[in-house]
Amino acid sequence: MKILVCISHVPDTTSKINFTDGDSKFDTNGVQFVINPNDEFGLTRAMWFKEKQGASVDVINVGGAETEPTLRKALAIGADSAIRVNTPATDGFQVAKELAKVVKDGGYDLVIAGRESIDYNGGMVPGMLAELTDANFVTNCISLEVDGTNATAVREIDGGKETVSTALPLIIAGQKGLVEESDLRIPNMRGIMMARKKPLTVLEPSTSSSETTTVKFEKPAPKGAVTLVDADNLDELVNLLHNEAKVI
Amino acid sequence: MIWAFLKFTKTLNEIPAFVGIIKEKIMSVLVYTESENGKFKKTAFEVASYAKAVADQLGTTVTAVAVNANDSSELGQYGVDKVLNVSNADLNDFNAKSYAAVVKQAAEKEDAKVVIVSQSADSKYLAPVLAVGLNAGYASNVVEAPSSTAPFTVKRTAFTNKAFNLTTIDTDVKVVGVSNNAFGLVENSGSAAAEDFSPALPTSGVKVESIDKATDKVTIADAEVVVSAGRGMKGPENWGMIEELADVLGAATACSKPVSDLGWRPHGEHVGQTGKPVASNLYIAIGISGAIQHLAGINASKVKVVVNTDPEAPFFKAADYGVVGDAFEVIPQLIEKLKAFKAANA
Repeated sequence: MKILVCISHVPDTTSKINFTDGDSKFDTNGVQFVINPNDEFGLTRAMWFKEKQGASVDVINVGGAETEPTLRKALAIGADSAIRVNTPATDGFQVAKELAKVVKDGGYDLVIAGRESIDYNGGMVPGMLAELTDANFVTNCISLEVDGTNATAVREIDGGKETVSTALPLIIAGQKGLVEESDLRIPNMRGIMMARKKPLTVLEPSTSSSETTTVKFEKPAPKGAVTLVDADNLDELVNLLHNEAKVI
Repeated sequence: MIWAFLKFTKTLNEIPAFVGIIKEKIMSVLVYTESENGKFKKTAFEVASYAKAVADQLGTTVTAVAVNANDSSELGQYGVDKVLNVSNADLNDFNAKSYAAVVKQAAEKEDAKVVIVSQSADSKYLAPVLAVGLNAGYASNVVEAPSSTAPFTVKRTAFTNKAFNLTTIDTDVKVVGVSNNAFGLVENSGSAAAEDFSPALPTSGVKVESIDKATDKVTIADAEVVVSAGRGMKGPENWGMIEELADVLGAATACSKPVSDLGWRPHGEHVGQTGKPVASNLYIAIGISGAIQHLAGINASKVKVVVNTDPEAPFFKAADYGVVGDAFEVIPQLIEKLKAFKAANA
């Protein structure tokens, strides 16, 4: 089984979110970048397929050279090789088109992506990729088993979960549950050394289209201070929620 | 193509009629109104309200597409002019590919240039598939009506609610995903005409085998109020009061990540960056310190209340109302006060 894991290069959750160039660009100054958490669950599941079922695992990112350390980290965790499509990721549709070309050319059986990136939160690349490559698709995936060309997946739905049967070629958008937090791997020294020698192929983009354009970023208005209510005066809390906040 | 057509038009009298048809059809707004067991979800009325706002901006009408809904006339109250009713037992289980095909064919039939969906789990599943089918740009997590329709500009959340992103959708056809509970319901006095619609369904390689869903509980996605608890509850055996509080408020229950990692509560209740997002009107956090990952996931909630013994807990900086105190004393009292309030206001 040939697996491709899509890796978004995102600012660490604790990063300060600021913008530059007239608020049109994310300010990367002093920001630590990491593998998108939803993608990391998928990568870890891919490692399981590699170890238990002999799958090969490539990782891919669409982005500039600055994303390579994040791909090297994925290689250090255990992926066999990495691909970077050398173009800034500006829109989900554009990224999906770039990935579709690589998926078709590479003959991948299974593509694992995250349900969304924690920076743009678009949540669209995996679904678009599935439609562009005519593959089966399961989103919000919290469990995946593959047996030959058949697959069983569990999707989180509003208020519960749904088990589906499907087949390769398959694209999933994964999240926590695909593996547990405790299963995530921290690269060890040997992995890091090996990652330096693993292939990282840079491909030039195949499309120049972009369907959406970011005009500007805004930060939410600063929040007012909390109103503290005495623990012995909960009538006041009920009163505030009813008369001031009007939520009960 | 138009000029080629005009060449074949025999009399000049036909030309204005032809142009008239184009004008009338060119800008309809299509909305996918989701239902469950035949009943519309609240998000269906919210996206209908949103579609009406967009249609007003464009000077056009709203067409909804509904699948296996019992009574589509309800949509008229939220500004829908026409409903395409799809009735097909093959659509009893949600399937992203099939549902995307239904919405796509409805959009093509209506010549819709703007297609609106909610951000429920199912609509988020079908939207990207639909966007590719329509060759449309897609903006998800949109929180306001477009600030401009030319260029078509929407405001969406990004960086997990830590910023907004103003985005133009540059394609001819546009797909807009409206965040739950962001736009609200806008009542209208119109009525919706119903029309049967029988789109062709594709074969799908994804088949539902089983669904595991609590039908008697309000879901986190649909809840107006969410009661969430953390490690401060000390153990799963103490969740009775959390459930009772949720019950009094008609709320969904949720929990922090450590609580789901410890197995005290099911994963489906975990809210936060890697869990479920929350965008309720009221979010009550009990014994949750307010790690940045947690706050990122619940920030879209409108009013936040925190109960915590530690006045230094980061949640107090994010909350609107706070009670410094022991949950084991505060919550039972709060339940009594709320019951009394409900009895007085019933």
